Amino acid sequence: MNCLAVAEERGGEPRKSSLETVRAARRTADALGGSCVALVAGHGAGTAAAALGRYGAHRVIVVDDPRLAKRPNIALARVIADVARREKADLVFLPASQAGKDIAPRVAVALEAGLAADCVALRTEGGEVIATRPVFAGKALLDVRVTTPVKVFTLRPNVFEATAEAGTASVEAATVELADADFVTTVEETTVAAGRPDVTEADIIVSGGRGMKGPEHFALIEALADALGAGVGASRAVVDAGWRPHDEQVGQTGKTVSPTLYIACGISGAVQHLAGMSSARYIVAINRDKDAPIFQVADYGIVGDVFDVLPALTAALRKTGK
Amino acid sequence: MNIAVCVNHVPDTETKVRVAPDGLAIDRSGVNFMMSPYDEIAVEEALRIRDKFTGAVTVIALGGESHKETLRKALAMGADRAVLLRDDGARDSYAVAAGLAAELRALAPDVILCGKQSIDYDDAQVGTLLAAILGLPSVAVVVKLAIADDRSVICEREIEGGHETVRTRLPAVFTAQKGLNDPRYPSLKGIMAAKSKPIEEKPAAPAAPRVEAVALRKPPAKNPGRIIGTDASAVPELVRLLHEEAKVI
Repeated sequence: MNCLAVAEERGGEPRKSSLETVRAARRTADALGGSCVALVAGHGAGTAAAALGRYGAHRVIVVDDPRLAKRPNIALARVIADVARREKADLVFLPASQAGKDIAPRVAVALEAGLAADCVALRTEGGEVIATRPVFAGKALLDVRVTTPVKVFTLRPNVFEATAEAGTASVEAATVELADADFVTTVEETTVAAGRPDVTEADIIVSGGRGMKGPEHFALIEALADALGAGVGASRAVVDAGWRPHDEQVGQTGKTVSPTLYIACGISGAVQHLAGMSSARYIVAINRDKDAPIFQVADYGIVGDVFDVLPALTAALRKTGK
Repeated sequence: MNIAVCVNHVPDTETKVRVAPDGLAIDRSGVNFMMSPYDEIAVEEALRIRDKFTGAVTVIALGGESHKETLRKALAMGADRAVLLRDDGARDSYAVAAGLAAELRALAPDVILCGKQSIDYDDAQVGTLLAAILGLPSVAVVVKLAIADDRSVICEREIEGGHETVRTRLPAVFTAQKGLNDPRYPSLKGIMAAKSKPIEEKPAAPAAPRVEAVALRKPPAKNPGRIIGTDASAVPELVRLLHEEAKVI
């Protein structure tokens, strides 16, 4: 089975979710017998390619083209599909990042392949891959098989381990023929807030709800997040109230997150909120109401006042030098 | 401006998921269904585009009899035409997109809108698959959409920790993200008017699925957690547990 792993780079560095994807592709290639080739397509990939050998790529293919600088989704999909055909890839893996989720369906159609999207687990059984994806906002898990000869998978960020080992891969340049029509959609500008990690990529999230009693009190959430290098999340109630921006909303109509640690502060734990964060490895809840549903899913709970507990927790963490 | 919106009829967000006896799908008994929330945003955007440019909004669903409820809601919001592509069986995202594409090819709209994902299977594929099958540009997870008179489009889409400004041209497919607009509630007038708008029904074009369900299961039960205190004095113990037991800090 030939595996192709698509890696995204930002500023010349591979993104963490891409390292996870390459390693997952390599594990699959080892389990089924076969090679793992990584592909970086863009402009100015820099050191991104060289790093991928440590994450399991046997070879790395780089398609570097100034026309790809504006990340035109149709062109990028074409590049990936062309390289997949050349490499006779049976299995194509992309990160389920915003870019990956956008491009993967086009790659799949070009390769006449089925796409198993946003997978949280991959296993091999009887020579085939069974992928597991969360459905119904994570209230259930669906194991699927792709029935076409070529199969495409997108892998949810922050779930698969990006283990690095000593290893080098050969890096080769490749070109793909592209037509003007492939550039009809282009990214003109990107604005990313500097500082905290995005909730979908954060290892630790500190999240606040109505129990914070007002937008000004989110300073306590932010202080704890900064002490932990964490992302900041919010419940739907406080986003709808205008206290926090929509991109912090965690829940069924917000973001689904898979951090290692989720600290829910003043959040009652409505079904729709739990849907967005219940797959966190560890959940801490701080809430004054002992009957709040959040305590049903929390590993550790403090039934107390966020205004007492949060500053104490932040101070304790700063002292331990975390 | 000819605008098409693809809508889906899905279990509501309160649903407690139970696995059906066949182990492949959810048990639908006692489940309430609704228009997928991102599809409502797509319908609203379609209505706004129609009102700005003049034209018509066609809503299309692929599914069974109960999908008509969602189509009627879209008509009540103000859509002009509704089409049900009838298939009472289950389809994967590809087979849904292929069925929708057959209808959309005939309609040849200027704008196709979908929700960014359907809240049942959360696949987030149909909109972009449609664009790929039809050979159209697409922008997914759109929070701002501005169509110029020359049919060029500037939109804003959400990415990790920020936004991208994306340029494209019509005809194109856009998938709607929360924040694009606030969907209107159907007015009584709209509900009454919708009663006289027909829902055209035709068989969905057959299409082979590409992804097959092997098993639907509940996530593994978590070990019960514990309450470790009732005020700030519990903090040292929490830090210790997070460090020594959970090993997350």
